[in-house]
Parts: sequence; C-alpha cells; structure tokens
Amino acid sequence: MSTLTESNVPVPASAPIVKPTAQIRSWKIPITFGGFSVLSLILFVLFGRGQRGELSTFRLSEARDLIQLPEVALPTFATGVFVAIVLVLLAAASAWLVYRHRKIPIVLTILFALLFLVGFLAWAASGSTIPVPGLLIGTVTLSAPLIFGALGGVMSERAGVVNVAIEAQLLAGAFSSAVVASATGNPYLGLLAAMVAGALVSMVLAAFALKYLVDQVIVGVVLNVLVIGLTSFLYSQVLAPSANLNSPDVFPRLNIPLLSEIPIIGPVLFRQTIIVYVMYVAVAVVYFGLFRTKWGLRVRAVGEHPQAADTVGINVNRTRFVAVTLGGVISGFGGAYFTLGAVGAFNKEMTNGMGFIALAAVIFGQWHPIKATLAALLFGFATNLQNVLGIIGSPVPSEFMLMLPYVVTIFAVAGFVGRSRAPAADGKPYIK
Amino acid sequence: MKLELRGITKRFGALVANNNISLTVEPGEIHALLGENGAGKSTLMNVLYGLYIAEEGEILLDEVVQKFAGPGDAMNAGIGMVHQHFMLVPVFTVAENVVLGHEQTTFGGRLDLSAARAKVREISDRFGFDIDPDALIEDLPVGVQQRVEIIKALSQDAKVLVFDEPTAVLTPQETDELMIIMRQLAESGTSIVFITHKLREVRAVADRITVIRLGTVVGEASPTATNAELASLMVGRAVELTVHKNAPELRGTALSVKNLTVIDARNQIVVNNVSFDVQAGEVLAIAGVQGNGQTELTEALIGLQHHVTGSIELDGKPLRGYSVRHILDSGVGFVPEDRTEDGLIADFSIAENLMLDRSSGAPFVKAGNLQLGFRARFAADKIHEFDIRSQGSDMEAGRLSGGNQQKVVLARELSRDLRLFVAAQPTRGLDVGSIEFVHTRIIETRDSGIPVIVVSTELDEVVALADRIAVMYRGEIVGIVPGTTPRATLGLMMAGEHAPATEAAL
Repeated sequence: MSTLTESNVPVPASAPIVKPTAQIRSWKIPITFGGFSVLSLILFVLFGRGQRGELSTFRLSEARDLIQLPEVALPTFATGVFVAIVLVLLAAASAWLVYRHRKIPIVLTILFALLFLVGFLAWAASGSTIPVPGLLIGTVTLSAPLIFGALGGVMSERAGVVNVAIEAQLLAGAFSSAVVASATGNPYLGLLAAMVAGALVSMVLAAFALKYLVDQVIVGVVLNVLVIGLTSFLYSQVLAPSANLNSPDVFPRLNIPLLSEIPIIGPVLFRQTIIVYVMYVAVAVVYFGLFRTKWGLRVRAVGEHPQAADTVGINVNRTRFVAVTLGGVISGFGGAYFTLGAVGAFNKEMTNGMGFIALAAVIFGQWHPIKATLAALLFGFATNLQNVLGIIGSPVPSEFMLMLPYVVTIFAVAGFVGRSRAPAADGKPYIK
Repeated sequence: MKLELRGITKRFGALVANNNISLTVEPGEIHALLGENGAGKSTLMNVLYGLYIAEEGEILLDEVVQKFAGPGDAMNAGIGMVHQHFMLVPVFTVAENVVLGHEQTTFGGRLDLSAARAKVREISDRFGFDIDPDALIEDLPVGVQQRVEIIKALSQDAKVLVFDEPTAVLTPQETDELMIIMRQLAESGTSIVFITHKLREVRAVADRITVIRLGTVVGEASPTATNAELASLMVGRAVELTVHKNAPELRGTALSVKNLTVIDARNQIVVNNVSFDVQAGEVLAIAGVQGNGQTELTEALIGLQHHVTGSIELDGKPLRGYSVRHILDSGVGFVPEDRTEDGLIADFSIAENLMLDRSSGAPFVKAGNLQLGFRARFAADKIHEFDIRSQGSDMEAGRLSGGNQQKVVLARELSRDLRLFVAAQPTRGLDVGSIEFVHTRIIETRDSGIPVIVVSTELDEVVALADRIAVMYRGEIVGIVPGTTPRATLGLMMAGEHAPATEAAL
C-alpha cells in the first residue's frame, strides 16, 4: 500500500472548485432601462411643462413633529429633464456593459429605480405637495400584513412545503380576530385567535402535503378558495345580522417616546400600532430562528435535503409540520392587521390578494426573511403611492395606479434583481 | 465492535430483496459485500442503518440484539454510514453538515458552530484530510465531500462504518487514497463493511468477502481469489470480463468538433474550448470523473445546450445551433446518461417508447394518425432482436429491469439510419449480463462503420470499448490517447495531469 501514498492528489484536498465563469450577454436589463428612459422622456419632457404648476413640493415633516424640516420644492420641468437625461445615460451605460460582457452592478439598477421614482413623483406632484412622512408611514403600515405573510411563507418553504395558502391564512386571521375581539371585547384575545386560525389553515395544508402527499400548490389554491367561501358565508349569515360580533376595538397608534421624534424615521417607524411593533420583533425572531439556532438548521436541512436529515435521525415530517404550523401562526397574526390594525370590522375578501403579493415577496426575497421583508416593503410602497397620488389629485388615473404593485411584482419576480434559488426540496414530499 | 447480522429477510411486496442473510464483521476487519447491481446489498445496509425494518432476523452488536426504529438509533448504537449518494446538504458548510442532528447549543438556543469546527479539525487532522470546516459543500470536489461523510460518521463515534459503493464517484487516485483511509480506520479498531461490485477494489482492501446474489448469500471468498472466480460467484455463471473486438476499420473523419465551449445557466464555462475528431468505424471514449463537463458536451452535440460556441460538423455539415429535431434527422443517435429521466417515459409502453423520436411522419404516423399495426410489428421485432425480457410490447417501460430499459433505449436509437452514435454512461447500474449485451451492440455499431462516442466514468468500460480515449477534466480535454494506454496514466489524466507525449503522435 505504501506505493499508493506517493500518488497523492495533485490539488489540495479541500480546495473549492473554482469554475471559470463567462458572462452570457443578456439584454434584458438594458432593454428595460431603455423602455423606462423613453417613458421618462415622454412623460417628464414632452408632457412635463406646466399643466398644473411649476413646482413640486415634498413635505418632510408632519405638523405635530417637534423638529420641523423645511419643505423641499423642486422645479417640475427642470427636475424631469434632468432625471430623463440621467436615465438615458444609465441605460446607455448598461447597454455598454452588456456589450463588453460585463456584469451590470446592482447599484446601477437601484440608482435607476430611485431616480425614476424621484422623476415620477416630481412629475405627478407638480403644482401640489407630497407628504413624504405620510407616504412612508402608510408604506410601513400597509406592508405589515405583507411582511407577516411573507415571513410565514419563508418559514414554510424553507422547510420544504410550498405555501400558496398565505391568502387563506391572512383571511382566516382577519375573520377570527374580528369575531373574537368583538365577542370578548379584548383585542389581544383577537390576536391570539388570529394566530390559532392561521395555524389551523396551515395544519390542513401540512396534513395534506405531508401525510397524504397531495400536490402542495393544489392544496394551497383549494385552501384559499375554501377560506374565502367560508368567511364570506359566515360574514353574510352571522356577522351581517348581528353587528356586535363585528365591531372590534382597533389598536391605537402608540408613540414611542424620543424615538418617535427623530425626523422622518421617527414618525415612520415609531408611531405605529402594536401589530407593527410585533412585526419588527417577528422579523428578527424568524431570522435568528432560521439561521442561528439548532432548530433552524434542521428546518433548512429538511427543506434542502430531507434524506440527509433523515439519515442523521431528524424526523423530517414532524420538523416540516411544526415549521408550516408556525408559519401559519405568523401569517394569521398578520391577518389581524386588516381588522384590528386598520378597518375595525371584517369585510368579505378583505385581504384582497395581499397573500399572493406576500408570496411574490417570498420569491423576490429569495426565501430569506430579511430580504423578503424588504420586498414586502417595496410592494407596500407601491400600494401606498397609489393612495397618496389619488389624494393629491395627480394626473395618473387611479385604475392605472392600482396596477402598480402588481407591475412591480411582475418585474421583480421576472428576475431583475438576481436569480432566486428555492430550497432544493421545496414542494417535494419526502417519501422514504 | 463486532457486528453480526442473523437471518435478515426483507421483502418489498412479492419481491424478496434480502433472503435469510447472515454476516459477521469482526472488530478491525474490512468485510467486503460483493454483489451485482440489484443483488440486495444496499437494502441490507439500509436495514442495518435503520432506514428499513426487516421482516425477520436480528442485528447484534457485541453479541447484544439491537432494535433500530430509525437511523438515529443505529447511529447511537455506533453504526455510521458513508452513503453512495452523499447525505450532505449542498448549501450548508462542512461544520453544519457534520453537526446536523447532534447540534450543541449555547445560551438561548444558539447554534454552537465553533465546537463543530473544532471537531471537524480534530478528526480531519487525525486522518490528514485538510478540510476547511467553513467551506460550502457544493464548492468541494466529490472526493472531499466523501471525506466529510466519513468525518460525519466518525464524529458520532461510529465503531462500525458502512461504505456503500464509495468509489463510484472517485478518480482512481482518490480510490487508492480511500483504501488507505479504510485501512487506517480498521487499524484503529473500526469494523468496516465495504459494499461494491468492483472486483479489483475488493481484492485490494478486503480481509474477507461475502458474495450475495439475488438477495441471498452465495458464498464467502478470500481476497486471494482471482477476478474470474469472484465474477462467476457474483453472477452465477462464467463471465466474459473482456469485450472481443477487432482492430477498428477506420473510414475517414466523420465528426469534427472544433473549439467547442458550453456555458451553463449559472454562467459557468462547463466545456472549455474542446476539439476532437471521430472517424467512422472507431469508438472514441470520453473518460473522466462525473461532473467534468461530459454531460454538457454530449448535450451540446445533440443540441440540448443553449449557450454553445465553436463548431460541430458531421460529414461536413454543421450541427451547432440547429434544433434537436434537425440533429436527430441528420442521423445522430443518442443514449442519455439518465435512462429513467431522459431516456424513457416510464408510464409509456415499450412500443410507445420505441417510437418516441419518430412521431413526425411515416412510417409511424400517416395523415396525423398513429399507425398502431406497424408500431406493434416494429416493437415485436425489436423486442426479439434486442432480447428485451418483457410481457409484451404493451408493458409499461417503467416496470422493466434496468438492463431491459436500456435495451429499449438502444433499440430505439439504433433502429434509425445513423451517421453518429453517442452513448452516455450506457451501462450505469446494469447487471453484468446486460453490460455484456450493451458492449457487444456498441462494438457492432462501430464495426458497421458508424462513428461512436462513449462517455463513461468507469475506467473498466472505457478500456474495454475505446479505440481512442479523450480524458476530460474541469471542462477541458486533458489529452486524447490510444485505447491501450495504461490505467495508471489514465487515472492521472482524470485528475488533471497532462498526457505523456503519446498525444502528439495522434
């Protein structure tokens, strides 16, 4: 055997394989940039001059703030022209990079998007004032259910169960929190009921997916339809006749001392309801749980390579069941936002597709709790922008603005910000 | 630790995978379990590891009867397994994989990875492995991944280690090193069960050999037995270990590949500037360890890869950039490496599978209608010609044995008028009888004047079939050498060392 030792491997044993890479020319980004540049030229330059006013004002403080920031007034047309020119230059730069087989840095994409946004806001707000704190406060508030839903989705999918039923979990949470909070007069019990309801929906998903090996997407879709039908039926048969079952107390906004007085950030992050504060904690807890604990390592293992987990003595289906159920708890809690955090009463189909946007945030956020949260914030911003522009009376038809979150979702999911890689065993039942 | 299996019987429905198997492994012994693919070796080991529960029989460790409800129990009892398909999470680090299932935690349930890293370093130093605990598994070469598997088992204080076909993915050099590691382990008192179907390895390392066939122990052999003795014990009859073939009758260059580069979806250059020619009437074998670009090269030939540059010419006509349909119509026959995924549709009948690539026109389809009568006659012919053991041409292909499935694929590809035949891993997972059959058909194809490319990771197969051998390493062809090149040279080339001067002579 001694002769064998001499023929040792020529490479150090643990040297990672560095595969050479080559940049395949993809014109997706330059073409999109080009499209938006042309759009900005048409909107900001051709139709930019003086229909409604010469100035676009951005208000940075609210009336009750201690520290008042001055309003920023931009000349509408000049801003539009400047933005349009820079956008054209950025598009040209991206085309040049692709032509030279170079990678387009993500910073370029972000810069492009931000600039377009500034240009668009300046154009849309010409002759009127955009309340920036209001825009951002609404963004965080509207994102809350999206973030809870996305966290629930991340939890479930990291364990290897596709969760299309986020919509159902949100809706079930909304319904039961309204009923329980009204019946008991205690909104905190409503929150608890929302978690239970979300968990129940998840358990049905988990049971069918893990025990009966039904296609997970189909179970998810069926659950969505089922919960919409069930809550709508109960609403019209039970809640509508007896209004005292559908009038929960709404959580007030709690101002956190000192922190809430920081300019811009304070009102946005620290003048929210308890649901939003719980959301901050939930994001941190889910991140810590998935990436820093033993439990999280096991959850990710069963989502990536269940057989490997099984061979080291981890019960795959139990781990998945627990993760999916916890995901339902989180999503269900988010459902309470609709009734206890915002409207103050349950309405038919009041989640209005937010569960699907949350699912998009999961994918856009690459199955990572923090990235998914950022994605959800982006979608929340798009939704709230539509509200704000509607209020200040911008020239864009509100029907068009209603499309915005979905358009952003499509661009996001189409892979404009990096390729998403799902957990390897996502959606695949584990059969020994 | 002494391991004893007594009268293990495991059934799957009507199939008896293990029939009354008894086996003893002494402490510090390397006990080889030799048998063909499908003989029941892996089933037996999965019973031992608690993945399957046996209907009858018992497992004893140091004379104590064990009851395993799952792999966790087996591990706690001191049994470790190095799986054929590594049980490692690709996106986790080495340390995370090693501790998975036995994690230590610190305050607040935090994962204590520093303890895990220390453990990896300690074991890896003991055996001279040189492994970075923080490397991601997916970035490591397979040989190193296997060492992580070994570390994983040892970190649980395994006293009995089972190696399930451990050499299937290794270069000859890595195989030699594994043998040394196994020896080291045995000397430190670990009992080793070494499952394989490769005779050479058994004879190199085993202390004792148990041969199983069709789920039953058919005998014990000593490592001094000859290859022929072991083979006949394993197969149950005398086996031809070599393929009979005459010198190739070369009829001029048919396929010419120049500067072929393939870039995959992750922007990696998986085939890098590869050039070679194949003459009509010869077999060019493409050797190399799995994952060095062979798959992508064959897929590029058949038109399945999207980002391909360079040129591919068959009989002077370009093929690169054309549709798969066009390439098939140009006379390229293709046996894909994964026959159950890419070669067949398991739920289709044999007859349907035989016409899969012929649905575009006569004689199988006329005026949009399947010619069922013709298809049935065709299928009956091919079943006879290729000796496909089945219950008729209506039988689902998925219910055939691996060997017969491969015969269906071969029958389909070889029944067209071919100008080039590409076979990727044509005998992977097949029994010896089927391997003989496939090899014979490949040589017959060559002798009929068709250029043949065979991709194989098995050096035995490469040496048996090839007239010339191209060795691939990390997407490049290291060298093209004659079929008579010694194995040691080929082994070095498979690890990336350049070929000796013979290359220039060709």
